[in-house]
Amino acid sequence: MPNRIQEAFAKKGQNLLNVYFTAGYPKLHDTIPLIEALTEAGADLIEIGMPFSDPLADGPVIQQSSSVALANGMNLYVLFDQLKEVRAKVPDTPLLLMGYLNPIMQFGMEKFCQAAAEAGVDGLILPDLPLVEYEQEYQSIFKKYNLQPVFLITPQTAPQRIQHMDTLTDAFLYLVSGPGTTGGANTQAEGVQEAYFERIAGMNLRNPRLIGFGIGDKASFKRAASHAHGAIIGSAFIRALEDAPDAPAAAKQFVSSILH
Amino acid sequence: MNTTTTSQFQPNARGYYGEFGGAFIPEMLYPNVEELREQYLQILADPAFQAEYQQLLRDYVGRPTPLFEAKRLSARYNTRIYLKREDLCHTGAHKVNNTVGQILLAKRLGKTRIIAETGAGQHGVATATVCALMGMECIVYMGKTDTERQKPNVERMRLLGAKVVAVTSGSQTLKDATNEAIRDWISNPVDTHYIIGSVVGPHPYPDLVARLQSVISEEMRKQLLEKVGRELPDYVVACVGGGSNAAGAFYHFLDEPSVQLVAVEAAGHGIHSGHSAATSVLGTPGIIHGSRTLLMQDEHGQITEPYSISAGLDYPGIGPLHAYLGASGRARFISIKDEDALTAVAECSRLEGIIPALETAHALAALGQLGAGPDDVVVINLSGRGDKDLETYMKYADKLK
Repeated sequence: MPNRIQEAFAKKGQNLLNVYFTAGYPKLHDTIPLIEALTEAGADLIEIGMPFSDPLADGPVIQQSSSVALANGMNLYVLFDQLKEVRAKVPDTPLLLMGYLNPIMQFGMEKFCQAAAEAGVDGLILPDLPLVEYEQEYQSIFKKYNLQPVFLITPQTAPQRIQHMDTLTDAFLYLVSGPGTTGGANTQAEGVQEAYFERIAGMNLRNPRLIGFGIGDKASFKRAASHAHGAIIGSAFIRALEDAPDAPAAAKQFVSSILH
Repeated sequence: MNTTTTSQFQPNARGYYGEFGGAFIPEMLYPNVEELREQYLQILADPAFQAEYQQLLRDYVGRPTPLFEAKRLSARYNTRIYLKREDLCHTGAHKVNNTVGQILLAKRLGKTRIIAETGAGQHGVATATVCALMGMECIVYMGKTDTERQKPNVERMRLLGAKVVAVTSGSQTLKDATNEAIRDWISNPVDTHYIIGSVVGPHPYPDLVARLQSVISEEMRKQLLEKVGRELPDYVVACVGGGSNAAGAFYHFLDEPSVQLVAVEAAGHGIHSGHSAATSVLGTPGIIHGSRTLLMQDEHGQITEPYSISAGLDYPGIGPLHAYLGASGRARFISIKDEDALTAVAECSRLEGIIPALETAHALAALGQLGAGPDDVVVINLSGRGDKDLETYMKYADKLK
């Protein structure tokens, strides 16, 4: 069954821009206005971060935005309440929820998936959900609610493991650009990184690929997108929102600076 | 050290003790953790590893540590109290048993760079020590609050050649130091081994650390046979932050139901005061630092800031083995308030001439609650010495009179 994520890739094919922001940041009720603004400005996919107190795979910028969002009162109940109106406003944009397992476990995995599906969420990115746990515990629930899992791939991920991940989703594969957490500087020699991107590109995977971590401006977006179907930007966008008096306006300006 | 896996208190293939354990890690850590999981049992069982490990435990750490009959404490509590003197280990605490083993493991895995987290600084010092011994680069993450309350240990680590990174995120204590160490590992996946200091983290760490610390209970059994004519005591008592000294002290008694295992947590200002680290009471199942265990958290799954006067117990979770020991009823948990731990410091110092670490003092403070009789044999794991806590002891001098 085609889903919004597949349709987005089918429609555009390359240079897809996936923008991450933390729900409830900078202000509690910015979530929906930001989704609308990002869509209008041309973002192809939107990743909504569910704030967590101890986000292991994220760097200081996203951790800080999570702390602010939590202090603003964001939690899964508030988020799903906000997302109720999202599909009336952005009917076609693929929406993914990104976050860590613990808050979801307290909410209840099945209840979480049901609420996500009812809100019109298309996919889930849960970095600390291991593949084996997904297959044994949660795959059937994800399928029941037609939610696509997105798996992360690093330069160290073995080829057969990548092939296996590729069979478990109909969304995209998330290529982590190199060692590090989100928002870190790209310290790898350029040739090394490109060899990794090209190695994955040569694997004839079913799913498209987006490159993330350390992508923050037009140049790095173009470079990453040339080795995959597009790229993901998170920390740089959070920084752009930090002191913005008008978050949706800042979002439009940011996306425009990447795409034009 | 135990190298068989038959007991219900051993983790299963996926690293679970009952419902607790597992390996909830981002893909960035998967190759590291998987490499360790595939190799650790084989390496630990290798005779060449064992020979080197046992030799270092004997000649460098100073093992076996004595089992000391504490006669005046025994008279005070009207029972037979023995202190397992881990405070006499090189670097002043049991932590070095584990770091000696893990540095040898890291060498065999071909790693050249070592990272560690530390709360009170005991694990950091033990890691810095073995890195100096082996000529390895060492980076220790420590919450900024802890660098201030445990200054002598920061200076010791620096003298040993380690780089100490003061962590300013979150509550600036052990939980945040652990987050930063994990992030370092994510950023340096090929050359770095993360020496976790407690029985926490993703599988196989809880099992690896428990096995390396199990030398404590292995020695206890032999020493008890010599001193009291039987291998099994009636009680084994140990403090629990993450729980490494308790895991080591309990290990060879886990399948001996006649031995009462007592885990002592920090109640801080009181269990329900809002300033506590009593995870067994306040915790609910959740995921922290890569394993499913008992965890102090709010209704939304956000991790709660713990509190204890003791930096080594100031952690919002416990190891998955301990969560299982509690849930299955195998171990009994007792919570001790800051002020009672301080009283125990004074008591042990005056009655036995041994100044215990603040962490250990919590275990000592549980003596009055055990219900042990005059003929019962009680072994307390004296996990570390109190030199590092002198500044705190001076601050509370009026309570220590």
